[in-house]
Amino acid sequence: MKKFSLRSAGLGLAAPVGALIFALLLCALILVITGHSPVEVVDQMVKSVQRPRTVVNSLNSATTYYLSAVAVAIGFKMRLFNIGVDGQYRLAAMMAAAVGGASFMGSLPSFLRILMTIVVAMLVGAVWAGIAGFLKVTRGVSEVISTIMLNAVATAVVAYLLNPARLAVSVAGSNNIGTAPITEGGQVPGFEYPGSSSKIFGLIFLAVLVGFLYWFMLNRTRFGFDLKATGLSESAAVASGVNVKKMIVASMLLSGAAAGLVGMPQLLGASHSYALDFPSGLGFTGIAIALLGRNHPVGMAFAALLWGFLDQASNVLDISGVPKEIVVIMQGVIVLSVVIAYELVRRYRLRLEQREVGTALGTTTTPAEVSA
Amino acid sequence: MGDTAVIPPPEYAVELKGITKRFPGVVANSDINVGVRSGTVHALVGENGAGKSTLMKILYGMQRPDEGTIRVEGELVDFQTPADAIAAGIGMVHQHFMLADNFTVLENVVLGTEPKAGMGLDFKAARVKITDISARYGLGVDPDRLVDELGVGERQRVEILKVLYRGAKILILDEPTAVLVPQEVDELFGNLRELKAEGLTILFISHKLDEVLSVADDITVVRRGTTVASVVPGEVTARQLAELMVGSALPVPELRESTVTETPMLEVRDLKVTSSDGRTVLEDLSFTIHAGEVLGIAGVEGNGQAELVEALMGIRPLSGGHISLAGKDINKLNTRKRRDAGMAYIPEDRHRQGLLLEATLWENRILGHQTKAPNVRGPLIDRKGARADTERIVADYDVRTPGIEVAIASLSGGNQQKLIIGREMSGNPVVLIASHPTRGVDVGAQAAIWEHIRHARAEKLAVLMISADLDELIGMSDRLSVILRGKLVAEYDPKSVTPEELGSAMTGAGDKV
Repeated sequence: MKKFSLRSAGLGLAAPVGALIFALLLCALILVITGHSPVEVVDQMVKSVQRPRTVVNSLNSATTYYLSAVAVAIGFKMRLFNIGVDGQYRLAAMMAAAVGGASFMGSLPSFLRILMTIVVAMLVGAVWAGIAGFLKVTRGVSEVISTIMLNAVATAVVAYLLNPARLAVSVAGSNNIGTAPITEGGQVPGFEYPGSSSKIFGLIFLAVLVGFLYWFMLNRTRFGFDLKATGLSESAAVASGVNVKKMIVASMLLSGAAAGLVGMPQLLGASHSYALDFPSGLGFTGIAIALLGRNHPVGMAFAALLWGFLDQASNVLDISGVPKEIVVIMQGVIVLSVVIAYELVRRYRLRLEQREVGTALGTTTTPAEVSA
Repeated sequence: MGDTAVIPPPEYAVELKGITKRFPGVVANSDINVGVRSGTVHALVGENGAGKSTLMKILYGMQRPDEGTIRVEGELVDFQTPADAIAAGIGMVHQHFMLADNFTVLENVVLGTEPKAGMGLDFKAARVKITDISARYGLGVDPDRLVDELGVGERQRVEILKVLYRGAKILILDEPTAVLVPQEVDELFGNLRELKAEGLTILFISHKLDEVLSVADDITVVRRGTTVASVVPGEVTARQLAELMVGSALPVPELRESTVTETPMLEVRDLKVTSSDGRTVLEDLSFTIHAGEVLGIAGVEGNGQAELVEALMGIRPLSGGHISLAGKDINKLNTRKRRDAGMAYIPEDRHRQGLLLEATLWENRILGHQTKAPNVRGPLIDRKGARADTERIVADYDVRTPGIEVAIASLSGGNQQKLIIGREMSGNPVVLIASHPTRGVDVGAQAAIWEHIRHARAEKLAVLMISADLDELIGMSDRLSVILRGKLVAEYDPKSVTPEELGSAMTGAGDKV
């Protein structure tokens, strides 16, 4: 069996590595066409990796990207396309920020405050995603449509609530408005990284934990088995006794709860309040990373790191006169080539396995055995 | 072929020599030699997976051989596509009909080769031609009827007409009798004799030996991808032919002593099921299966068997009636609870309902048994237990696989089915719902599956068996019911019933109640 697993590991890597190399070559070509030196760009990017600030920022971006990717991946495993991670995390972050910054929290122990903030975020995210799940099982509404709509609704709800008359206060020294800042006891301290003024998010451990739970749920629990089975073949899952409607609602709730966590590292580690400048669009990045990492807990971690680094590198490129959009092109090309490469490898792998089974059996069975 | 001397020296309509085709995972054709004499019915027999279909695909230009030559009417040919084969006068009647239901026979026949008259279509000429062909070969097809209104036998004749319309002189019929009841088979054979009399050549693929012996002039036997014998019907019995096909003695579906008890296990009362578009698909359906009893359900496909099975398993909602398992009403139980209560299920379409094709063998062992030991411990999957038990099934049920970590999609259909049977027999089920338990599996596996069902029956399992194989139904059932248009219309004692009687009841011809 060793032979199979070794080969399958190799094939598993072939797709992302091949796609990356292809994407890099294509980007080099684009650079040459637009009159820039690819060597120079690579040089700049390599240099930037060595800068402590880039490392810290890349890790921090990767943390939020990873959480977002897990949220998307939970849906993907069920063949549900939760495009609404974006709206879910923004609404969740704002509500959590409001709770975390509320004055009554001041008297509670730090651990409890943080826990409550995070739980609120998960609940809000779950409820928001749950609406889409509920609509799907009761009314047959496609989750793609409903989550897109819910993104827009979330934007409006956030705008409505983020008003001095309701949850917001003016941020001192600017015309920005945001929720009341979370005081020190409610924050999650970060880690110092030598040579960098910014800190690594303390909630990077939350991302690791979520990744582990995701893996555990999928591979070790009955619920995860049902979820994967439904994704692989709904009709077979139904015949095996899976209640697909229940699974749809459950997986949307889980996906939403994970989505609720996306804003937490930023909120509790850096911003401390939900203001107008809170990062947006992370939900869509999550889709790209889930695709790139093949919904695999480790694969998505690498994808998130790569994405985080590319984001940071784009700033460096701008300084050296290369349009930073080249990085966006690169990211786009990577996702496209990875998706294509995975499909090719998947088909090749299946054929290969069929052939191996064929030859393995061809050499071990005799006609007498077959008719026995 | 010693005693074929009455016919002049064979002038082959089709001659296949040394055909070899290599394929990943399936039995390849190796060194196949077939000579089909002009104006004869030539049968190609072999088990499922012996390589008949591959050979026919090669002859019809759907696949190209790696080695070997094909001659049609003495000419060496090299077909790139079916269009080349059609141009050479070869026509294929597929097992699954390729007809548009909402078109008339005429429209279906001309589909793809529409006779144009300026901007419009010239149906007049086509109608004349179709009527002409139909009359000439005694097909009795009315060009203006809607295909939707036609029965299975008539549809098949439309398929035959379709290839004749395109000028075929050599007809390939792929398992043409698989979908027909005995009476329709006789009609088909009548048609084939007329076609032959008109000088057409017919290549007939089948694994039903009685039929082959009654209609073929020559028989070529394919086993494990190669031609093992050429015989003429007069020289061999069905049994000898079968043994040539399998390469050894043949299993017979039969139950030994009765194990039927007085304990009703599965009771169905006045079952009613309505399809999503509001049609009643099952009505007034009642039966009881006792522990240790096999109830066989015969019927032409599409008369409610699939709905019955799904209703019993809780996959399809009931519109009325009651189902009880071991005396307890299970109407309200969902599929999982029914499985937990001891209902096992062998689905009709294993790819759709029985397997996760891209998952491994041991993951498929868990499927449908997600709540039971040795697969789970509490809410967690017991990977070790599931793997060990999969090894047991692989060994006990003779599943041919290099290991339990391969995707089940890479196994042959028969081996996939054996894993399903092994899985469903695990955990001491009390009722087994078996839909076509031996469909698409080879004779060896078929015998093993029958043996497992017999064994489970002796252990007091109650079995509902649906099958299209009448011999299997008659041989393996303690009682037989016939389903027609969603109702059980007749009951037979399998000890005394003949396939012909069953066939009549299945089509509603012989109303014996």
